[in-house]
Amino acid sequence: MAEMIIKNGVVYDPKNSVDGEKNEICIKDGKIVDNVGAGAKVLDAEGCLVMPGGVDGHTHCAGKINTARIMSPHDMRYSPIPGLSGPEPRTKLLRPQVGYNTPNTHAIGYRYSKLGYTTIAEAAITPMMARHMHEEFESIPILDKLALVLMGSNWQVMQYIQDGDSEMLKSYMAWALLASRGYGVKIVNPGGGSNWTWGKNVTGIDDKVIDFDVTPADILIGLAEANEALNLPHSIHVHCNNLGVPGNLPTTLDTMKLLERVKASQDRQVMHLTHMQFHSYTGTSWMDFASGSDQIADYINKHDHLTFDMGQMIFGPAMTMTADGPTEYRNARMFDAKWSNYDQELEDAGGIVPLAYTPQHFAHATMWSIGLELALLVKDPWKVMFTTDNPNGGAFVNYPEGQVLLMSDKKRQEVIAGFPDMTMDRISLPNIDRELDWGEMTVMTRSMPAKMLGLEEKGHLGAGADADVAIYDVKPDKVDVSVEHEAVKKALGFAKYTIKGGEIVVRDGDITALPKGKVYWVNAYENGIVQTEKDRLITDLEERFKKYYSMQFSNYMVEDAYVPRPVEVRPEVA
Amino acid sequence: MIETILISARTIDQGATLEEKTSQAYFDAAAYCELNEGNLEALGVSVDQNVKVATAHGVVVVPAKIDKRLPDDIVFIPMGPWANAIVDPDTCGCGMPGFKGVPATVEATADPVLNMKDLMATYKE
Amino acid sequence: MPVIKDVVCTFCGCLCDDLEVTVEDNKITKVGKACKLGRAKTMGMFLHERIEKPMIRKNGKDSELEECSYDEAITKAAEILVAAKRPISYGWCSTSCEAIEKAVVLAEETGSLFDSTANVCHGPSALATQEKGAPSCSLGTAKNYADLIIFWGCNPVHAHPRHQTRYSTMAKGAFTPNGKKDKKMIVVDPRNTDTAKKADLLLQLNPGTDYVLVEALRAIVNGHADVLPDEIAGIPKATVMEAAEMCKAAKFTVIYFGMGVTQTRGRYKSGDNVSSLVSDLSQTNKVVMIPMRGHYNVTGFGQVAAWEAGFPMALDFSRGVAYYNPGETGTNDVLMRREVDAFITGAADPGAHFPQESIKYLYKIPAIQVDGYANPTTEFSDVVIPAAIAGVECEGTAYRMDSQPIRMKKLIETTFKSDEEILTEIIAKVRELKGEGGA
Repeated sequence: MAEMIIKNGVVYDPKNSVDGEKNEICIKDGKIVDNVGAGAKVLDAEGCLVMPGGVDGHTHCAGKINTARIMSPHDMRYSPIPGLSGPEPRTKLLRPQVGYNTPNTHAIGYRYSKLGYTTIAEAAITPMMARHMHEEFESIPILDKLALVLMGSNWQVMQYIQDGDSEMLKSYMAWALLASRGYGVKIVNPGGGSNWTWGKNVTGIDDKVIDFDVTPADILIGLAEANEALNLPHSIHVHCNNLGVPGNLPTTLDTMKLLERVKASQDRQVMHLTHMQFHSYTGTSWMDFASGSDQIADYINKHDHLTFDMGQMIFGPAMTMTADGPTEYRNARMFDAKWSNYDQELEDAGGIVPLAYTPQHFAHATMWSIGLELALLVKDPWKVMFTTDNPNGGAFVNYPEGQVLLMSDKKRQEVIAGFPDMTMDRISLPNIDRELDWGEMTVMTRSMPAKMLGLEEKGHLGAGADADVAIYDVKPDKVDVSVEHEAVKKALGFAKYTIKGGEIVVRDGDITALPKGKVYWVNAYENGIVQTEKDRLITDLEERFKKYYSMQFSNYMVEDAYVPRPVEVRPEVA
Repeated sequence: MIETILISARTIDQGATLEEKTSQAYFDAAAYCELNEGNLEALGVSVDQNVKVATAHGVVVVPAKIDKRLPDDIVFIPMGPWANAIVDPDTCGCGMPGFKGVPATVEATADPVLNMKDLMATYKE
Repeated sequence: MPVIKDVVCTFCGCLCDDLEVTVEDNKITKVGKACKLGRAKTMGMFLHERIEKPMIRKNGKDSELEECSYDEAITKAAEILVAAKRPISYGWCSTSCEAIEKAVVLAEETGSLFDSTANVCHGPSALATQEKGAPSCSLGTAKNYADLIIFWGCNPVHAHPRHQTRYSTMAKGAFTPNGKKDKKMIVVDPRNTDTAKKADLLLQLNPGTDYVLVEALRAIVNGHADVLPDEIAGIPKATVMEAAEMCKAAKFTVIYFGMGVTQTRGRYKSGDNVSSLVSDLSQTNKVVMIPMRGHYNVTGFGQVAAWEAGFPMALDFSRGVAYYNPGETGTNDVLMRREVDAFITGAADPGAHFPQESIKYLYKIPAIQVDGYANPTTEFSDVVIPAAIAGVECEGTAYRMDSQPIRMKKLIETTFKSDEEILTEIIAKVRELKGEGGA
């Protein structure tokens, strides 16, 4: 019966058309409600900025990140942002914290909460490795979580697409989400992961996959159509072919055009394109490489079937980790960096390479500009999610930096002033003076990711929403972000209050409570697939496990023990 | 006496008796050394006779056995308390002691082989 | 007779998960499909003696262990850890990840050093990963694709007996349907081992020359064979050239490496250089490397410690947050420096597997053992707490040598407490003694 009322806040809740109004927010039993009793605890927001809790719809926070931790003891000691990075001893309440790009699980929970974020989506896990991810999920305090499951180089997926067996494809996708207790369908470098097991790649959406008679385009269309047929809350979530390759713009445009023919099963995109910054390059090599953001933005402004996230780069050390195995090998050879690789049987590839981005290099300066250009050139903020592809473009603790860059042309120009001359004819950012307002920022960091993922109780402050609220020490009616960007950045990094499920978990930038978060997963299998199709799938899977997997079929599926606080989402059966 | 290089490593019998280290089976599986026939002959020792294996770090007495495929001047002792009585404890600053490649002398001896408990008791200073 | 299928074997890092265990009257009477090691491990509690009761030495190392209650032993253990200025917690590798998570908490709250058996097996492989990375794959990928298997400093016939049939040289996979016939095998070892007997090529190098041999292979692969002498690491150049040619001819090579790489001269630098060799060869061929882990869940320790506290081994919580510097904070280093003043170990046997100098010091400081069976560690332990056998008497997670997590099953009932329960109770007692409440 815990009740709370937040008074005197300047509230941004775009989904409910609240744009900087002094509304009261009522909370009861962890949910937003229309009103509360006289005895409700009063939280005085003192004229500060109030938003829904942040939703990170694409972050690498559990699973593969652990190999990155093991590779990088140097990162554990690195602390460029005091209070949000590096070693911090245990306290009576808190476990010890370490790391910057690859913090330990406890630090991930604490630091996202300090930023006012309350929900995170792990962006890439194979079904077979999902058990590991859930172990880390359970160890990350406070936050609600969900996982996107890799299917773009999966043997079953490619076999059923090759066979034209859309029923088996649907059954398998639903089963794979069940087996991994996953939420949505992720596609990384479609077909390329499979080819990478032979040390090869694909170069565009019409290349042939070596071992299956399918192309990346077939995989994208097959998974997208099945995704909509299953009526999954999230669309397919796509990392295009040719990530980070100069001249990859046509591949990205091809991928976007390809999906025009797929019809969404509900009011959302049919495809989310992730870390678009890495996919918007013109040119033929690093020498003539330049921003293609205008062409991408032009397409997106004219079409409504897709959303994207920025993949904004942050200068300084980063840790790249992706299921895009060939990209990581290329990174490692290019920079003579240490390289980890993992080819997951029948499911996908993956690699990890630490990098550092510097404003002194025109290529990095250009990449930094492209991320911002994309977000500023696309007119509708409901098509854009703010991300750094944590920690590929930069660590999530830099979100305030990235967010302030979108809100302050002055700050952008200050950074650009330090770029080498070679950058200038490659970017358009110097000529873009748009500055996002708080309403637009709330969309890109809360409301859009929640809508894009289909999380109805997240990203807004209407009745029925989870009582996840962030209050920052910023007076929206008094501050000029364009000028006072440093103060705003600091405020966004250390929330005045973060409320998670109705409980105050951050007060004045310090963690005050450690509730355990929920894990959202989608069960499209139990009701969504008819028994005869289930039988057909299981018979085929048993055969495949016997022949090709290294694990018994009966030991494969993530057990209930690993998901102690599940939120099971059952899509309506069409 | 011969000059050798000591190598310690797993064997299947040592592994199979890992959870019964107080037993005769474990003693049989871990308390011995292997040399090739030529080395054993040079020592004037026959199979199951005791030898004294000494390094800069300790001395241990174990019965000798033959591994026909061992190169000359390599002495093998299964991993376990008997090998570890004489391995090189120096980690070279990276955490790992020297369990393999330790210079060792081997010679015939009339001394008995210590059982596990007696061997451990020698460490009480 | 009730037969439990697809049981996970909890001996080595292969973590075979297809065992068939017959249970009659809460006794395991038969273990199907297991190797000799797995059978011995799974049936162990019916074949040889357990530690039946908690025990304490009341008057120092010379006194006998006397039976006591779990409460007494756990209280005594907590008292030792709380009184210590520089305690160390070691082992936790033949147990579940759930127990390891508790061991991390105990180490944090007692300001302990915290280390795994990797200290005496694959610790240098972690250092090699930190130097150059770990280009790897899952064991199923290796089974399906690999046409060249290299066993470098490992002897699976003895240490991982089902490895070759399930995952490597004899396994039939998608692109290796004929098993052994579709694969070549190279063994690198100073000994002509039982594994080497079936190899297509044995590189019988001089002990301690692994680094030299890796470097020579890299020279050949990178087109510099001309600079090599006629003999490398005791092996004729022509033989080394042949090995390099086999690597270049293979479509998919897996280098499985063991303690022959990590425990010899060069330590982590050899593994580091193997990783560089993999990177070099990957320009034209597919190549990966996989460590042959010994303890079935030593991989899990590294995983849990890394996500909970940031580092895979050799952690030092004395500053309230993990400090990491293997060579300084590794267990054998601190023992040989005679730096620590209390020792707790579980699910490992340092008494059998540490060098003599380390054990001499363990006889001088209070020591706590959590284990199912008496072993050399029991000889110097002042508190001995019997534990249930994970994967037989209690369930939980373990990580295979390729970092694949699998859930271990509970096969029979027991009255022994699990490692997880014992650690949880020690933590509660420590908090009580430190006045931090019993929460």
